[in-house]
Amino acid sequence: MTETVQVTLLVNGVEHALAVEPRLILADVLRERMELHSIHLGCEEGICGACTVLLDGEPSTSCLILAVQAEGRSITTLEGLDGDPTMTGLQAAFHENFALQCGFCTPGVLVNLFSLLEDRDPSAPPSEVEVRTRLNGNLCRCTGYQSMVAAAMQAARSGSGHEDP
Amino acid sequence: MRTGAVFGRPVLRREDSRFLKGEGVYVPDVRLPDAAEAVVKRSPHAHALIRHIDISEAAAAPGVVAVITADDLTDTGVYRPYHKSPPAFANLLQPLEKGHDVPLLAAGRVRRVGEPVALVVAEDRYLAEDAARLIRVDYEPLEPVLDPEAGLRPEAPVIHDELGDNVQSRVGVVVGDPDGAMAAADHTARFGFTIRRQIGSPLGPRAVLARFDPVEGLTVWSATQMQHLARKVIGGILGVAEDRIRVICPDMGGSFGGGVYYEDILIPYLARRVGRPVRWVEDRTENLVNARHARDQVHDVEVGFDSRGRLLALRDRILVDMGIANFYGLVVPYNTISHLKSQYRIDNYEAAATCVITNKTPNAPARGAGRVTAAFVIERVLERVARRLDLDPADVRRVNLIPADAMPFDTGVPYRDGKPSVYDSGDFPAQLEMALEAIDYQEFRARQARLRAEGRHVGIGISAHMEGTGFGPPESAIVRVDGSGAVTILSGSNNHGQSHETTLAQVCADALGVDIETISLRDGDTALIRQGGGTFASRTAVTGSMAVAGAARKLRKKAIKMAAHLHGVEVDGLTVFGGVIRDGAGARITTLAELARTTGDGECTGGRAGLEAMDSFASPTVTWASGTHVVTLEVDRDTGQVELERYVIAHDAGNIINPAVVEGQIVGGVVHGIGNALSEEAVYDEAGNLLSGSFVDYRLPRAIDVPPIEVHHQEFPSGLNDLGIKGCGEGGTVGAPAAIANAVEDALHPLDLRITEMPLQPEKILRYIREAEAASRGQAAGMERW
Repeated sequence: MTETVQVTLLVNGVEHALAVEPRLILADVLRERMELHSIHLGCEEGICGACTVLLDGEPSTSCLILAVQAEGRSITTLEGLDGDPTMTGLQAAFHENFALQCGFCTPGVLVNLFSLLEDRDPSAPPSEVEVRTRLNGNLCRCTGYQSMVAAAMQAARSGSGHEDP
Repeated sequence: MRTGAVFGRPVLRREDSRFLKGEGVYVPDVRLPDAAEAVVKRSPHAHALIRHIDISEAAAAPGVVAVITADDLTDTGVYRPYHKSPPAFANLLQPLEKGHDVPLLAAGRVRRVGEPVALVVAEDRYLAEDAARLIRVDYEPLEPVLDPEAGLRPEAPVIHDELGDNVQSRVGVVVGDPDGAMAAADHTARFGFTIRRQIGSPLGPRAVLARFDPVEGLTVWSATQMQHLARKVIGGILGVAEDRIRVICPDMGGSFGGGVYYEDILIPYLARRVGRPVRWVEDRTENLVNARHARDQVHDVEVGFDSRGRLLALRDRILVDMGIANFYGLVVPYNTISHLKSQYRIDNYEAAATCVITNKTPNAPARGAGRVTAAFVIERVLERVARRLDLDPADVRRVNLIPADAMPFDTGVPYRDGKPSVYDSGDFPAQLEMALEAIDYQEFRARQARLRAEGRHVGIGISAHMEGTGFGPPESAIVRVDGSGAVTILSGSNNHGQSHETTLAQVCADALGVDIETISLRDGDTALIRQGGGTFASRTAVTGSMAVAGAARKLRKKAIKMAAHLHGVEVDGLTVFGGVIRDGAGARITTLAELARTTGDGECTGGRAGLEAMDSFASPTVTWASGTHVVTLEVDRDTGQVELERYVIAHDAGNIINPAVVEGQIVGGVVHGIGNALSEEAVYDEAGNLLSGSFVDYRLPRAIDVPPIEVHHQEFPSGLNDLGIKGCGEGGTVGAPAAIANAVEDALHPLDLRITEMPLQPEKILRYIREAEAASRGQAAGMERW
């Protein structure tokens, strides 16, 4: 299994040309080759959502994607959203609402919720059911979700920094 | 002792910033140059002889560094997971406790699916997994023992020859005159309950990284709840002095029960053997198959009661399916026995538990250890008594609750430390009323009647929990101030999500007299402090806080003495606030930072260098936390689906350090309990394979499964520590399955469901409905039930 394939990945806005084995999963490329440690592997079977990234803007579990499948596509991790106003608003709301405990699921949760709230009109925030339904893509064993839901709704209402100063 | 500025406040979490940026460092994130990766080859059989292992092909595979089997482990000691009760307890109750060795790698025989058989070390995990597949093991299957009743039969195969049979331990207690009271009772009933096997399931995998250096010795990074115990076990088995071992638990992706595992010993062993760092990270199936399981008890209960529903006598015979080893002695079975009477006055009580070895994964404490099952049993009993007498379940609880004026209350059942179980403080009747009022019980009953008329099945369920918290060895802390005024707490505890960086800093800030912003916490590392108990048994709020408070108070006293000496003032009247030392008139004398920069003489420092102090604390016995849970839900009679509607919990954890953190522990605990109640089950097939080996089949609660959860705090300070703290990490889980089962039964009333099992997946609820329908037809035909 030493045969490799050349791939080009656009990770957090930077193009990376890599030689990868066809069986290598995207999560391992991000974690092991690029040291993007916000990618957490909780199940490696697409259930827990701790490895969630944005693949061409859509939340996707990077444990179920082969690196070769991501050829030419844009991949955004939590690191790549650092400083984004929506993400900054979400992070602040998580802090204020005690919406994390061990922190292991947190990056995947934030990336998933980011895609729900990005470019959303704060005057039409998602309903609680919508937030909870979106969070079905993430398992959390610590918080019981309630504080996360509150944080997401607070961030949505406040426009996550989208309001003009 | 609640005069402080930050104790009791919802201070925002000081650990959040790194986690919110994805910068937490979990064991799989620790990078060492030249680290190799290990994979464990595991048994596919529940019980088999190993005829032969052929590693030749694997050893020759690309990138392989080493392949190790039991034959290679000639230079390690024996792992004997034998945890004997303390003499004070053993002398009192005379339990049977037997021990046996557990091989680190299977030698000649495997005893469960997933047991480690060989180890492969390779350049990366992909190559290690490739090679592990090339190891050929020739097995001769043996008959497995897969349930405790079967394991007790005389013809059952004996799993550990050393034990003589499959009984590993047995313990029992008798209070009052259960036989007499049972015979004299107006009513008696008998119930069987089965609490299925469940798995703690932290989201972060277990992982171990080890490095052996001839100068530094062994450094082990492990996702463990108890780094000091891990060091002791590793040192004992590998023959390395404890001071030559450093165990570090960096950030950890949760943990809900654990201890020291085979891999905690084997990975350091490999690092020493192959002469380079070795890393092992489990995958989810490995976790579900191998991480210790929990619950798995069968109860045979008899109860005597009067016509008001007062429990006059209760007898319980318990079988615990221990799996292939009992790593924690009587913790689980005796927790069940000592918590079964819960908040109720039951004067005549007898309970006995037998732990049976089976060919399954070891059963061990997990969140709510032994107590989830106890609460399920006693609360199901009360619910059935209410149904039998046609009384309101809330009223049956009211007549049984221990009244507030009986506190402190001795249950008559010794605790595991051999001391009496004395509920130190609390008001259970007020707690019940608080929860019922919050959910508006009367209004719910009225609404339920309306909805029933429309053919909808909504129900309400009540349960109570008790939890002995703060158990175990002492916890230690060092508090230190440096010349910049930075305060560091070094703690022997272990933070895996409980917010210790916040709560222990809150305790320290008030006890020392400094601003919380100046404080940081370091824990989870044996190099920081000589002794540490670790975090389990809802203990750190009690033991960790008291150690920090003790060290901070000593340091404050020392600083005042130094200030007085250096500045020629009297000690009396000196205060420390905001890190500034002032005299009685409020004049500034000096600061902790200035003192830390001063090289004091022996007189002013008491002969001890530096501005630091250490203290340890062990709780004299457990402090008793309590809670009352009330849940409302709706059952779909056609599908068996349960939809939770509202969940209220009123609880007492003594004085609360940080209400938001406590609420997070309670709500998270309740949701863990919701999973235990409705969806989480470790299912084995008839060959001993775990069928629920992924998160598809072992179903944790998701956001959409969870109703709004309201937490109401009572604060009855513990009398066992001067901060008045009780633990709160597990109670949310303890009461949830019982409340939910009771509510399911209530929802389908007047159809008379007889729920005897948890968890309650939809197919089981449908089965209970069919049974109840058949019985109701039988009763119409004049047949007796019960």
